[in-house]
Amino acid sequence: MAFIDRAARSLFLTELLSGMGLTLKYLFRPKVTLNYPYEKGPLSPRFRGEHALRRYPNGEERCIACKLCEAICPAQAITIEAEPREDGSRRTTRYDIDMTKCIYCGLCQEACPVDAIVEGPNFEYATETREELFYNKDKLLENGDRWEAQIAANIAADAPYR
Amino acid sequence: MEILWNDYLWPTIVIAFFTVVVIVVVLMAVAYTTYYERKVMGAMQLRQGPMTVGPFGLLQPFADGLKLFAKETIIPSGSNRVVFLLAPMLTFFLSLVAWAVIPFDQGWVLADVNIGILYLLAISSMGVYGIVMAGWASNSRYAFLGGLRSAAQMVSYEVSMGFVVVSVLLCVGSLNLSDIVMAQSGSWGFLNWYFIPLFPMFVVFFISALAENNRLPFDLPEGESELAGGFMVEYSSATYAMFFLGEYANMLLMSAMLVILFLGGWLAPFPFLEFIPGVFWFFLKIAVVLFVYIWVRATFPRFRYDQLMRIGWKIFLPFTLFWVVLTAGVLVAFDWLPGSA
Repeated sequence: MAFIDRAARSLFLTELLSGMGLTLKYLFRPKVTLNYPYEKGPLSPRFRGEHALRRYPNGEERCIACKLCEAICPAQAITIEAEPREDGSRRTTRYDIDMTKCIYCGLCQEACPVDAIVEGPNFEYATETREELFYNKDKLLENGDRWEAQIAANIAADAPYR
Repeated sequence: MEILWNDYLWPTIVIAFFTVVVIVVVLMAVAYTTYYERKVMGAMQLRQGPMTVGPFGLLQPFADGLKLFAKETIIPSGSNRVVFLLAPMLTFFLSLVAWAVIPFDQGWVLADVNIGILYLLAISSMGVYGIVMAGWASNSRYAFLGGLRSAAQMVSYEVSMGFVVVSVLLCVGSLNLSDIVMAQSGSWGFLNWYFIPLFPMFVVFFISALAENNRLPFDLPEGESELAGGFMVEYSSATYAMFFLGEYANMLLMSAMLVILFLGGWLAPFPFLEFIPGVFWFFLKIAVVLFVYIWVRATFPRFRYDQLMRIGWKIFLPFTLFWVVLTAGVLVAFDWLPGSA
């Protein structure tokens, strides 16, 4: 009987047809596509994207040139030079991040005592040349001004867990 | 002068015009078959398919075509240039030339020849030359293996396809495609079509058509994962586009053949729907057959080569041979032979 059963099954293509039934069922399921440039998925407040240097609400930059981020950076992507400003406060004269070296570990953000260097929510900063990815202080401060609202919201959202 | 115009020039102009119309229609259908395939496959894989170019991605086929033709045609230095360039042209040419005998509606046929089905078989068999030439002229191992595989595969499945056609011809008594369609007309609508009495042959023909078109699950000549594209591996831009167009036009052609032989060509499925023009039904049926083509592609993995040959020679050939004899026997026993009544 097993022989007849097997022969009938292959003759009537039952297994092939049941497979096709499954794909037909999938045809009518809702799509899971995210239409990327037009629709975007949700990001965690802890998302580690493009870096930014933040300012205080009065416009003063937060960074005090302690160089903890430079020290902890495992990829050695951060380069800082510092000297006292005219008013005697300690500030950076140079704050470079080589985004091609950065591994987006977030340790700079963890190390920063004044929440100056952060990794923001932006991940769409592809460039056409390699040189454009060598960020300097101006670029980082500009990022900070541009994304401040979201960065502040993310830090506030994550604060209870720290 | 009058005779020259009336008997030669004017008919030539008319035929040339209708030829261009058919070619344009077929190429548009090919373009949208690729779109159809991507949409249906996408839906079966829970994706959306092309959505960006034009509304619902409707202009995507043209964007792809333009991209292909704008690229550089690379001819490998070790190749046989003439044959290398001739192969895609041959494939493309043969896939279009076959449409001359396809009846789109009652009387809507370029060449109403009496040996239409024989012509179709001949043209579709010649399609293998394009692939074999491409495989040989590329002077590449992958392409060569792809060419060998397609030669063996197309020859094996042609045989059982021939027997399927013979069993239909026994019921019709004519090789003319329009006659084959008209033999399926009657007051019962779709119950008169041949896919009901000849159902096993219908299935065999469809599976052989998949193999004949090198479609999944029988796409061994291309076999991306093992042959890196097979006979097409060295082709780029316009030459590749011609292969691609030819392949899809052949797919449409095989669907059209299936529709004519088994699904009543341009006939309406129900008698009360006969007010809708036949050409609509013809293209609707082709679209349904193409859906099954895509559905099969979205479902099954590729066959192993020995399994493919085993099905062709050890199952389909004896089975179709048996069924031809059975059909002939039944027709004679009940005195249903066409022409004898």
